Amino acid sequence: MSIDRKTVDHVARLARLDLSEEERTRMQGEMTAILTHAGKIQELDLDDLEPTSHAIPLRNHMRPDVAGRCLTQEEALANAPKAEDGRFWVPRIVEDSGE
Amino acid sequence: MSTTASEMYETTVGLEIHVELSTNSKMFCACPVDFGGDPNTRVCPVCLGMPGSLPVPNQMAIEYTMKIAAALHCDIARFHEFHRKNYFYPDMPKNYQISQYDHPIGTKGYVEVTGDFGTKRVGINRVHLEEDTGKSTHVGGSGRIADSDHSLVDFNRAGTPLVEIVSEPDITSAEEARAFVTELRAILESLDVSDVRMEEGSMRVDANISTRLTGAPEYGAKVEVKNMNSIRSVGRALEFEEKRQRKALDDGETLVQETRHFDEKTGTTSSLRTKEFAFDYRYFPEPDMVPFEPDQAWIERVRGSLPELPASKRARFAEIYGLSDKEIQTLTTTSATAGWFEEAVAAYGGEAKKISNWILADLYGLLNESGQELSDGKIAPAQLAALVKLVDDGAISGKQAKEVITVMFETGDDPAKVVEERGLKQVSDTGAIEVFVDEVIAENPDAVEKIREGKDGTLGFLVGQVMKKSRGQANPAMVNDLLRSKIN
Repeated sequence: MSIDRKTVDHVARLARLDLSEEERTRMQGEMTAILTHAGKIQELDLDDLEPTSHAIPLRNHMRPDVAGRCLTQEEALANAPKAEDGRFWVPRIVEDSGE
Repeated sequence: MSTTASEMYETTVGLEIHVELSTNSKMFCACPVDFGGDPNTRVCPVCLGMPGSLPVPNQMAIEYTMKIAAALHCDIARFHEFHRKNYFYPDMPKNYQISQYDHPIGTKGYVEVTGDFGTKRVGINRVHLEEDTGKSTHVGGSGRIADSDHSLVDFNRAGTPLVEIVSEPDITSAEEARAFVTELRAILESLDVSDVRMEEGSMRVDANISTRLTGAPEYGAKVEVKNMNSIRSVGRALEFEEKRQRKALDDGETLVQETRHFDEKTGTTSSLRTKEFAFDYRYFPEPDMVPFEPDQAWIERVRGSLPELPASKRARFAEIYGLSDKEIQTLTTTSATAGWFEEAVAAYGGEAKKISNWILADLYGLLNESGQELSDGKIAPAQLAALVKLVDDGAISGKQAKEVITVMFETGDDPAKVVEERGLKQVSDTGAIEVFVDEVIAENPDAVEKIREGKDGTLGFLVGQVMKKSRGQANPAMVNDLLRSKIN
């Protein structure tokens, strides 16, 4: 199993990573290695096995619907690079292709 | 639209409805769910997406969603789980939304809707649970996103439990869409799981609408319509869009898949001119939460907890109260309204139709002016019953009762008190009325003569004169009888 350059570019774009040429080449190798490793499983006959999303045998874990304490506005905004009127300041939102 | 055009084309509509649940706390954390308040005061590390924080699902939200699924005749999954839907947007702090993907809570349901088109079942594809996003305010330019300078984000709403209900593309007209949303809203309202206020955004409707030649194997280009803030807007937007698409096809244009924005003022839709593309959300099972496997007992308990749903309520109203479909439709719009009506009927003990008439003809007029719901008003059900009884007993006239109800609406006072204070008692004492009747007969010899000649229409004039003298307090039926017997 190998990953082509186009897939690396696509994944980098999805994660909003600005990777250099060298980094892309390195990622291509690493991603191929990871998928090849995972691909080993494909060699087994698993037709009768349910896909497992979680490894722990725990189900229906919930909390009661009780409201509790929140952060103050000051605490909430403490780490924000910029805030205005009690809100997080974010640069102009550009609708993009999100591909 | 010509007849040929409407036969030539068929419209296909599918709706996607988001409903905020009215739980006490958010979906995955203990921040309270509420409207208003200062920005970023109902937030915590979980709903702000801070590293290391862990979400824990709200049991009530899970149960509410199961309840909705049950009320929409869905299969309730014996296995469901949360997924991460990955995309970047500033109002979503984690850069993914916790949602459900291939294992939603409810599937394969339906809603039965009725209208001028008859009765039909609109399929429900799925009912799933997710979290709401925060709210952005765009600053600079016209205040719209496109030409803004920057945006400000408030995360108070982020993490509010949000149920998504997706219909099958079974809807074929704006009228059916309106009927579907009305019925769905009534069902959700009866379940008491959400405020379902479209104006406030606790219920949001998006529509996919396409047009194709009748009988064509493929659907036409799918247009998504957004920003419909009331049930009426849903109807208007889809009516406009249906006509626009048909005209475009008539003119030989090719429709494109796009998102369009409904403008409340102009009643038109316009393209948002965003590029249509296939999102790559890379859904994967949420690793921080384990799946759900509700057992049969839990599912049965939820099904058993359903209240009387609007359809059953309407059937019951028709059967025991003998009201028209239109009256029933209005009286069962919300369960609070229906409950108010039933309480008034019980307190009255007489014909339900009379209570219905007073509500629909008088109270609704007053409520509409003040923008209130029946159950928010100052008049209690038993007070309306008492008022109708006063009319039945002849203590006040119907006309006086209308004056009384207006005062009651303002003050919330008992009808007897209003009658007393305003000196509105209807005079049913023969002696007192007789004095007025004799005076009127003496003062209007010409009119009396005409009546004797058989011109019965003139009697009304004399009745009016007596009522005037009694300052509206005489019992009109008695006045009528006395005049007749004295003249003839």
